[in-house]
Amino acid sequence: MTAHPPVAAPHLRERPRRAVTSLAAVSVLVVGAALTGCAQQRDGDVYTVMNSSTDETYHRWDAEAMARCGERLGVTVEQQSVPASQVMTKALRMASSKSLPDIVQFDASEMPTFAEAGGLVDLRTLGLETDGVPEGIVDFGSYEGTYYGAARSVNTLALFYNKDILDAAGVEVPTTWDELRRTAKKLTQGKRYGLALSAGGAEDGVFQFTPFMWSNGGDERDLDSPEVVEALDYWKALLQDGSLSKSTVNWTQADVNDQFMAGNAAMMINGPWQVETLNSKESLHWEIARIPVPEPGAHSVGPLGGAVLTVPDTGDPERQKTAGRIVACMAGEEEQLTYALNSWMVPAHGKAAAEWREQVPELDALADQVAAARSRTAKLGAGWSGVSLALQSAFQSALTGQSSEAALKRAQQRATSGN
Amino acid sequence: MTTSTVTAPASAKTPRKAAAPDPDRARRRRRLAQWGFVAPAVAFMLLFFGYPLVRNVVMSFQHYTPKTFFTGEAPFNGTDNWASVFQDVLFGKALWHTLVFTAGSLLGQFCAGLALAVFFNRRFPLGGVLRSLILLPWLVPMVVSGIVWRRILDQDTGVLNTFLDTFGLGGNTPWLTSPDMALLSVILVNIWIGIPFNMVILYGGLQEIPKELYEAASLDGASAWRTFRSVTLPMLKPVITVVLVLGFMSTVKILDLILALTDGGPADATQTLGTLTYQNSFVELDFGAGAVVGNVLILISAVFAVFYLRANRTEGK
Repeated sequence: MTAHPPVAAPHLRERPRRAVTSLAAVSVLVVGAALTGCAQQRDGDVYTVMNSSTDETYHRWDAEAMARCGERLGVTVEQQSVPASQVMTKALRMASSKSLPDIVQFDASEMPTFAEAGGLVDLRTLGLETDGVPEGIVDFGSYEGTYYGAARSVNTLALFYNKDILDAAGVEVPTTWDELRRTAKKLTQGKRYGLALSAGGAEDGVFQFTPFMWSNGGDERDLDSPEVVEALDYWKALLQDGSLSKSTVNWTQADVNDQFMAGNAAMMINGPWQVETLNSKESLHWEIARIPVPEPGAHSVGPLGGAVLTVPDTGDPERQKTAGRIVACMAGEEEQLTYALNSWMVPAHGKAAAEWREQVPELDALADQVAAARSRTAKLGAGWSGVSLALQSAFQSALTGQSSEAALKRAQQRATSGN
Repeated sequence: MTTSTVTAPASAKTPRKAAAPDPDRARRRRRLAQWGFVAPAVAFMLLFFGYPLVRNVVMSFQHYTPKTFFTGEAPFNGTDNWASVFQDVLFGKALWHTLVFTAGSLLGQFCAGLALAVFFNRRFPLGGVLRSLILLPWLVPMVVSGIVWRRILDQDTGVLNTFLDTFGLGGNTPWLTSPDMALLSVILVNIWIGIPFNMVILYGGLQEIPKELYEAASLDGASAWRTFRSVTLPMLKPVITVVLVLGFMSTVKILDLILALTDGGPADATQTLGTLTYQNSFVELDFGAGAVVGNVLILISAVFAVFYLRANRTEGK
């Protein structure tokens, strides 16, 4: 009994103290690790580009371009690819933790949001020149007159058609809305629809609606105008004819391409990013034409799509300058052509585009369409996303039974109340 | 480890008096030690549950835009966010869709799960194999099921309509393309996903019910239905509560399945609170409005949790 106490007493005293200190140590370590995880150390000669090239091929093409430009400028350029829908939110999070990459490739429709928040550097102050770049494409990378984003290539929508089906039916490629409606109806047979397009509830659907809205003189600031109503009524008519599948409201542009490739549609509205997939099926003979217009002789105005390279404001002028040089190299004439030939997109630079036309004559119609294309954010800037959501809801309501006029009136109310 | 900590204070009681060290100090130390063990859990809760929760509530009263990420400034704007969200017709729609979706899913999942659990509770050849096959939907990631079901339910080329067509049962059903049908289709897919979970937990509960009760019931001449109602259901009640609460929690916040199936469409027919908060925060980048919708979701869950705790307490008595 007596031998016990001296042993037990220190034992009692010792244990909690040790426990407390070790627990405290662990807590400090955990919190410390959590905090240091936020701040990212920038490495001297290593520059990071964040983009959405998660596809293996695009990732490889970009890596090659970055390696060439890095070598020329004596720096290492690293690529960090995240899914397209996450570029913006990821960049915002990085901005709040002061760990922005040196270059971010934004979808051009998202760039104004980041620019408006004050996150981008004027590329002209970094020495980038816009000589030889068509004005429309400079505007495409600008927000409120400041040039923030250099496009390497641009894209738009065109009418893709299955040549074999059109030849067998003995019909010409449609150029006006009336012709498109007639041709689509004629080509609808059995399980095959005359035309496929995306009216899905996301940006895809809005992107596809714009050529119809704009070619008819409609304006995204005035969604309930007769021109926009007429464009939507035209979509409704195609659906009522049976020339469009009822699933149109649930299709993305990739789904539309699948339908076209499977022979379930004779024609489709889609973009050049599908060309690589289309070419993988050798038995498919497709060609492209400009999107039909409401009246003969009217201008076919499509949406300008694509990404722009931007330099975020990291607060380090020296690094920003080098980042500007990397952007200039990647968006330079030579790299543009290489990239455009790989990806089937149209080079942004005028001379490169002319060269590209010679090398890919089959996509000539696309280059014409690009020249007349319009940027979605030109008029609304960062307000585009709200209008886009309202418009999605409107054409989906109209295509599933409501009147175009009522649906668009509601959309206009929603768009203006949201801003 | 536990035994030594428990016995040590007991054996130390006498010596402490003999050596006469400060008893208050010892007690303080012991309290400190106790807090030391609780502290990591408290810190974890505060850091990963408390902070985001408070942050979300605060954010719903702020004008929180992309600019905030740069300046760190989010001016308070009173109840502006709340007012604009509640005035939005879409919010009312989304709330209603969420309620219908949750009630419909839980009802379907639970009934089918219970029926299957009772069925598999009887032993028969290949029962084990079949039971494990039914678990498969649970193993498939939600987004994958969503994409596969979107193809199955396609109006023109989907397997389901083709199948219905061969039997002359109207193979042109607009599962996901009609605003009147889409919510129902999404609920059906979610029921399919939720059946295994319900079945597994309820099956486990059934196995726990003593066989003697059934023997007694059959001796008393109870019918199968009477046995189910008077023996199975009451004995299963605690398990049922758990299944429904967990099911509710995972259903009310649904997002991934709907994004994969319909993206909230067509014409916002499948827009729920989950998709609305996602759309507000990550498409429109209006984080204040997104936070409002998120708070409403939390509130709904909290109300349900209170009912659950109440039910548990009365049961304990």
